Amino acid sequence: MDHITFLVAVVIVTALAFDFTNGFHDTANAMATSIATGALAPRTAVLISGVLNLAGAFLSTEVARTISGGIVDDARVSPAMIFAGLVGAVLWNLLTWLAGLPSSSSHALFGGLIGAVWVGAGGDAVHFDKVVEKILIPAVASPVVAGVAALIATYLAYRLSARARKDTVSRGFRLGQIASASLVSLAHGTNDAQKTMGVITLTLISAGALGHDAGPPVWVIGAAGLAIGLGTYLGGWRIIRTMGKGLTEIQSPQGFAAETASTAVILTSAHLGFALSTTQVASGSILGAGLGRRLAEVRWGVAGRMVLAWLITLPSAALVGGLSASVVKHGGTAGTVVIAAVALTLAAAIVLAARRDPVHAGNVNDHHRVTVRAGSAT
Amino acid sequence: MHVDWPALARVAAVSLGVTVAVVVVFTLGVLGLSHTPTDTDPTPTVAGRTQAALCFLACGAVVGYGIYLIVPQFH
Repeated sequence: MDHITFLVAVVIVTALAFDFTNGFHDTANAMATSIATGALAPRTAVLISGVLNLAGAFLSTEVARTISGGIVDDARVSPAMIFAGLVGAVLWNLLTWLAGLPSSSSHALFGGLIGAVWVGAGGDAVHFDKVVEKILIPAVASPVVAGVAALIATYLAYRLSARARKDTVSRGFRLGQIASASLVSLAHGTNDAQKTMGVITLTLISAGALGHDAGPPVWVIGAAGLAIGLGTYLGGWRIIRTMGKGLTEIQSPQGFAAETASTAVILTSAHLGFALSTTQVASGSILGAGLGRRLAEVRWGVAGRMVLAWLITLPSAALVGGLSASVVKHGGTAGTVVIAAVALTLAAAIVLAARRDPVHAGNVNDHHRVTVRAGSAT
Repeated sequence: MHVDWPALARVAAVSLGVTVAVVVVFTLGVLGLSHTPTDTDPTPTVAGRTQAALCFLACGAVVGYGIYLIVPQFH
């Protein structure tokens, strides 16, 4: 293992930190609607989701291969660039979490990597055609497909059950939600944990510790699964509130339809090796489910801000990644240390800012808004 | 640039079909459970319970197939 230098170790730790924020950010995808409808108690929901994310990480590694061998030229990527890219992704994830916005962790990761590689190795080291094919097109198509599926399914569910006993319907779908939300979590593990595996594998390849077309080693799969599972368990309650309460008032049939649509899209895509954003799929499903019951139910202001966050996620993370990469490129080891220190400071500031108006398991369903109180810091 | 449109179209078609089918069948199952002899009695009829069991079984089978698809070791 003499290929594992200090820098490579730092990159792996940062990658796992990203994986943690990924889980933290994305608990909402699987569990927000179940928590909102009362199908699962908040703490139970995040526990189930965490365990299933860990399990999902071990089930499939197809996406991990497409990422490390796809969007950037593996041969020209250095661990320093990967580090810079991860910094961009982690900071963007934390910032959107503070705002309670369900932005895509995948886009943050890809954006950070693209920015860092662009600055570090030149624009031709980024395979822009692959970026379009593997990221942009699925990103546009997947929430639409999930939304349309959830809309039709919700409409039919309400149509069919219109004259049935309300209490039976509500309870039946709540039980169904437990199953469908669990599957989303599992699918999330098979999809998102693989992104970190892909990054760590990419690092090991660039350091010469693995061959060019190698898959992720078992310890990488285990560590990535644990990091995402733990992040999921701790729960990004701010985002859970926005997705469960903010976009639309969810009832159990809608929750079930939304989760089923998300699972279907994520699983079929993972099967074909598309690295799509679980967040965007889940948000699309929730919007579709809102529309399927009644058009006016959707809070378009929240939806608009969310879509705006989607649009700027990749470029913003790319900008931070690029900036970090230029500091690391010109500053060497000192630059790496400076970037790490700045990133840690910013992360701490964001966490402190979130404490001013905390959202947690106890109050997640109380409001539909996540506020950031203005203060002297940040 | 090569975009695998057929694969994308397959994802869209399969997702849409599976979602609508599962939700409709599940709703029929719930409807079965809501078939009670009188409005005050919450216990479903035998026919209702049979309908529910069949529907939930079908949904369970789809879930099982989904899990089968994502675990490469099963293929």
